[in-house]
Amino acid sequence: MIKDFTLRGVAVTAGLAVSAGMLSAETLVVSNWDGYMAPDAIDAFNKATDNEAELVLHGTNEEIMGKLIASKGKGYDVVFVSSPFAEALNNLGLAETLDHSKIPNIKNLYPEAMELSHDTGNTFSIPYAWGTTGLCYRSDLVEGTPDSWMDLLAPSDDLKGKTTMLATDRWLLGAAMLAKGYSVNTTDDAELAAVRDQLIETKGTLLAYDDTTFYAKLVSGEAEMVHAWDGWCNYGIAENADIKYTIPKEGSDLWADTMVILKNSEHKDAAYAFVNFILAPENHGWAAENILYKVPNKPAMETLSEEFIAQFPNMGMAPDELMAFEQLRDVGESQRAYSRIVSEIKASN
Amino acid sequence: MHWRIAPQIQARRMIDRKPLYLMTPALAWLTAFMVVPCLMILALAFFQRGIYGGIDYTFTLENIALVFDPLYANIFLKSAFIAGLSATIAVVIGYAAAFAIAAAPANRQAMLLFFAVLPFWSNYLVRTYAWIVMLNREGLIAGAAQWLGYDGELPKMLYTETAVVIGLVYNYLPFVILACYAPLSRLNPEIAEASRDLGGNGWTTFRRVILPMTVPGIATGFVFVFVLSIGNFVTPALLGGGQFQMIGNLVYAQFLTANDWPFGAALSMFLIAIMMGLLTLQTYASERASGAGREE
Repeated sequence: MIKDFTLRGVAVTAGLAVSAGMLSAETLVVSNWDGYMAPDAIDAFNKATDNEAELVLHGTNEEIMGKLIASKGKGYDVVFVSSPFAEALNNLGLAETLDHSKIPNIKNLYPEAMELSHDTGNTFSIPYAWGTTGLCYRSDLVEGTPDSWMDLLAPSDDLKGKTTMLATDRWLLGAAMLAKGYSVNTTDDAELAAVRDQLIETKGTLLAYDDTTFYAKLVSGEAEMVHAWDGWCNYGIAENADIKYTIPKEGSDLWADTMVILKNSEHKDAAYAFVNFILAPENHGWAAENILYKVPNKPAMETLSEEFIAQFPNMGMAPDELMAFEQLRDVGESQRAYSRIVSEIKASN
Repeated sequence: MHWRIAPQIQARRMIDRKPLYLMTPALAWLTAFMVVPCLMILALAFFQRGIYGGIDYTFTLENIALVFDPLYANIFLKSAFIAGLSATIAVVIGYAAAFAIAAAPANRQAMLLFFAVLPFWSNYLVRTYAWIVMLNREGLIAGAAQWLGYDGELPKMLYTETAVVIGLVYNYLPFVILACYAPLSRLNPEIAEASRDLGGNGWTTFRRVILPMTVPGIATGFVFVFVLSIGNFVTPALLGGGQFQMIGNLVYAQFLTANDWPFGAALSMFLIAIMMGLLTLQTYASERASGAGREE
């Protein structure tokens, strides 16, 4: 982590110092999270389309955003980012307005996946994976079935000290926003204050804030109920069938990770070809089968077996069920207020 | 008197004559990878955050003012408290260990020192995770307690402030041992003997003679642990379960989750200023101490 941070620091410095053209201009550059597509996807694409693509990795949305903003999007052709960041790229004028005729495989997307609120009609982003945020718990240790966000925010005595919450601003705040019936994108001061007060109260009942190892804590029994993304809860379910995922009655957010082509890309045809390649069911389906994330690709999802859905019930959620939830949106100026509240929560005793 | 000053002047002249170009690679490296980035961070602190992240190049003092906001100022104070506590504990344990090593037979000292710094050869993260394995509710300590027949609920050990302090002390202890060992091993045993001859018992000898002469080592060890701890973000994140925000975590969050680089830059400048202030004080103090030692 330290090394990682140093490298990132150097990358940031380099990004600021040199405005563009850091990466080879000859090849298509795709930036994605580590392990978020098939390890051989790039090779397969190169072979199938006679292109030369190269994969670079980013650890977080913010990291790739920093680089894209510093370079005005030069040096990258296709980036995988979560929907609020795709929205920001579009607002900054860095995202290519998509020509759907160059992406014939877009027909594989569920009709609902063309209606996402951050980009209705998919004018600048193509959804890659989508899902929900809810409660992941050990059904053999937790009494009854949790059905409310308050089961996490104000846990029963026997659960105190055995729950975790996501640490990332938007989801941490989102849990309390949903519990109180607010929008997950609220910028209302009074609502944000109520969210803060709730989460300060909740803090004393938590084992930890955890974004990365919560499912392992469930498996070991260190935690009994955690705030989780559905895909990550599946990792726990894969190891222990007593682990279950549920969406509280107050609802969830709908998160979507997307592919964006950069306006300043110098390899637009290859970039379109890459997006089209990923949307082929056999390529897009890899994410569902291997990393247990729902993909918005109808033929890809239809190939999942019944046993697979039975083992990971949340993989069987229909698109219209997902669409019932509110998407996280870019909150612009209010991001600073969000960060501040998170600092207030973490600084409280 | 002149025979004592002469070698110093001689030494100074020798430094002057040393070809400057020998230092050029080091200076170039420091300039390119430390001075320039630091100046960039400093400059960043005076601009505004862009609405979608990034930087809006409009001058503002808002970020600097925000550092003094009670919320963030308190996080600074809290970090300083945790760093100070860790440094104090590390000095007490480390000084005792260094004293024991310096008092050991000469042929064993190298081996003992080797064992003291051995953990340094493994990765910081691995060493920190080892504490997670030990302290967690299903971990080694809980397991050992159960094996010994204790079946009650143990207090929560991991993800507490105590766990963070344990992690910091453990990780930085070798610095203190090395810093304190140097002056302790150089102490002329005849000085302690003289003190005893003059009627000082063991404790008095230690308190009035040995301790004052090894203050520079203690100061160095303390400042090292303090400076490394106050900016640490890995240990509070892992052993504190994200529930304690130290200043390092706050800076990390501004750059990597809040996308508020200017505020992150303002916070880091203050952190660097605190560290530099302390290191300067420590250098000054140890120079004065060794200078005073020479005069005696």
